[in-house]
Amino acid sequence: MLAFIVQRALQAILVMAVMSVIVFVGVYAVGNPVDIVIPPDATIAMREEVIRRLGLDLPLWKQYGIFAWNLLHGDFGRSFVYNMPVLELIGGRLPATLELVLISILFATVVGVSLGIYAGVKPDSLLSKLIMGLSILGFSVPSFWVGLILILTFAVSLGILPAGGRGETVTVFGVPWSFLTLNGLSHIVLPALNLALFKLAMMIRLARAGTREAMLSDTVKFARAAGLSEATILRRHVLKLISIPIITVFGLELGSTLAFAVVTETIFSWPGVGKLIIDSITVLDRPVMVAYLVLTAFLFVMINFTVDLVFAAIDPRIRSGRQSA
Amino acid sequence: MTAVLEVRDLRTEFFTAAGTVRAVNDVSFSLDEGEIIGLVGESGSGKSVTGFSLLGLIDAPGRITGGSVRLNGSELVGMSRGELRRRRGREIAMIFQDPIATLNPLLTIGQQMGLALSAHERLSPKATEDRCTEALERVGIPSARARLKSYPHEFSGGMRQRVAIAIALLHRPKVIVADEPTTALDVSIQAQIVTEMKMLAREFGVAMIWISHDLAVVSGIASRILVMYAGRIVETGTAAEVLRNPIHPYTRGLLDSMPHATRPGEMLRQIPGSMPSMLSLPPGCAFAPRCPRADAACTAVPELVQQGGRSWRCVHPLTQPDHEGATA
Repeated sequence: MLAFIVQRALQAILVMAVMSVIVFVGVYAVGNPVDIVIPPDATIAMREEVIRRLGLDLPLWKQYGIFAWNLLHGDFGRSFVYNMPVLELIGGRLPATLELVLISILFATVVGVSLGIYAGVKPDSLLSKLIMGLSILGFSVPSFWVGLILILTFAVSLGILPAGGRGETVTVFGVPWSFLTLNGLSHIVLPALNLALFKLAMMIRLARAGTREAMLSDTVKFARAAGLSEATILRRHVLKLISIPIITVFGLELGSTLAFAVVTETIFSWPGVGKLIIDSITVLDRPVMVAYLVLTAFLFVMINFTVDLVFAAIDPRIRSGRQSA
Repeated sequence: MTAVLEVRDLRTEFFTAAGTVRAVNDVSFSLDEGEIIGLVGESGSGKSVTGFSLLGLIDAPGRITGGSVRLNGSELVGMSRGELRRRRGREIAMIFQDPIATLNPLLTIGQQMGLALSAHERLSPKATEDRCTEALERVGIPSARARLKSYPHEFSGGMRQRVAIAIALLHRPKVIVADEPTTALDVSIQAQIVTEMKMLAREFGVAMIWISHDLAVVSGIASRILVMYAGRIVETGTAAEVLRNPIHPYTRGLLDSMPHATRPGEMLRQIPGSMPSMLSLPPGCAFAPRCPRADAACTAVPELVQQGGRSWRCVHPLTQPDHEGATA
C-alpha cells in the first residue's frame, strides 16, 4: 500500500510539472497582457516601466523559471488586474463553487443511483420507462437553456426562489458558506439543480445498466437460491457490484464540475471560480489563469488518487493485485 | 422410501418477442429421500430451466404455466413469493456451474455465508461464525475459521465450489439441485467433488438432482438417469440400465459421442445435426430430424411408455443393445 502511495505521489509530481509548463507556455501564446493592464493614454515610459515590473521583458524560459521557483515556495504570483495574491483571490471564490458543486453532485448521485437501481430492478414498469425517458431529456437538453427556464419558472413566474447570487452566508473557519442559512440555501437550489441535471441523467443510466447486469448474474441467482430476500440482495450484493463504475464517474464529474461550472455560475451570477477564470481570460490576467489551471490539474490528480484508494477499499482483487506488484 | 420431491407434468414457458418457447414440457419425475438422479441432455434441452423451475426461480419473460412440484408434501407451484423464499435454501438449495461467478467477489466468504444463514435464522455473530466454520470443515476446507475472512479469488476453483456446496448445505435442505457443478473444474478436481458430494448426500440424507451434459460424470454419481431433449424427458431408467441398454436413439447418440465409446485414433462419433430451435420445434418427436430410425410414424408426439423401472418416449425404441455398432 505504501509503495502504491509513493508511486502515485511521484506520478502526481510529474504530471503537475508537465502541466505547469504546458499551461505557462499556452497562456504566454494567448497574447500580451500589457495593453489591457495599462491605461490607453499611458506614455511609452510608463509602458516600459509596467513591462519591467511584471517581468514581461524576460525570455520565456526565465519567466517560467521565476514562476516555478515562486510556486515551489507557495507563491502563485499577484493578479495583474486585482493586484492581490492569486491564491487569496481564488481562495475567496472557491468555497462558493465548492458548496454548489458538492451539493449538486451528491444530489445527482443519491437520487440518480436510487432511480437507476429501481429502473434496473423493474425494467418493465411504467415508472421505470418514465425515469429512462427523463434521463434522455437530461442528456439532450443544453444546460444553459435549462438554467434560463429554471429562472423563468421559479424566479420570474412563480417568484418562489431567487434568480441569482449567494444570499446570506455564515462564516465558519473564516470562510463564508451559503448552505448553512435558509436564505443561502434557497439561492443554491436552482443553480445546483441546473448543474445536477446532466449528472443525474448519467447516474441513472449507469446505475440502471449495472443493476440490470447484476440482477442477471449468477451471484444474484445463487443468493436467491439460498433464500435471501430481494431487499438484502439489493443492499448487500447489487449495490456493491455496481459501485465501481459509479465511483469512477463520480470522481471524474466532481473534478470537471469544480473546474468548469462556468455556464451555471454565469447564468445564476454565482460568485465562484468559474466566473473568475472567464473574467481573467477576457482581460488576459496571466497569473490567475496559470494558477487556476495548475490548481485544477492538482485537483484532478488528487481526485483520481482518492478514487483509486476507494477502489482498493471496495475490491479485494485490486488490493491483492497491488501487494503482489 | 418416501418421495421428497414429486414433479408432475411441469411446464415452463418463455414468452419472448419471437414467440413462445416451451422450455420444460410435461416433465414428471419423483425423487426419493437421499436419492441422486442425473438429468442429462445437450445445452438448450431445458435441463437447467427444469432445475430453476423447481426453486421457483424463473425470471420474466418466463413462467411456470402448468403442472405441480411437491416438496415435502407442499405444493410449490402457485405458492406466494415470500413462502417460496422461505423454503429456498432451507428445504431446497441449488449449486451452479461456475463458482467464480456465483460467489460475490467483493464480499468475504464469511459475509456471504452469514447472509445465507441470516436468510432463515437469527443467530449471534459468534454462533454465525461457528456455524460457518463447521460448514466449511464439513466440505473439507482446511483452517476453516481463518478462511472465513478470505475473498473468493483467494480460493482455487475446486475450493470455491466446496464453499458453494457448504452454503447450499448450511440449512441441511432435503433436496439440492446441482446444475453442472463440476463442468468448470479440472478433471482431477471433478472426480474429488463428485465423490465428496456423494458422501455428503449419504451423510445428510440429502436428495440430489445432478444436472449435466456429461453422461460419464452422471453415471458416476446418480442411481437413476433422466434424459432430456427439447424440453421433454425422453428416457428414464437406472444409471446402469440406461448406460448399458439405451432405449431412445438420442440416448444412444449421447453414449456414442462419449470419447471412450471410440477406439484411439478413431473420429469421435457425434449426433448429426443440432438441437432444433425451441421456437420452431418439428411436429411430433423433436429428435426425428436427427434420428437414423425416424419415419412417418414420428410426426406424432410419441406417448410415454413405461415398462419395469424404465420409461421412454419413442415410436422406434432400440430394443436391441447392439444397434448401430458395438456396445462397450
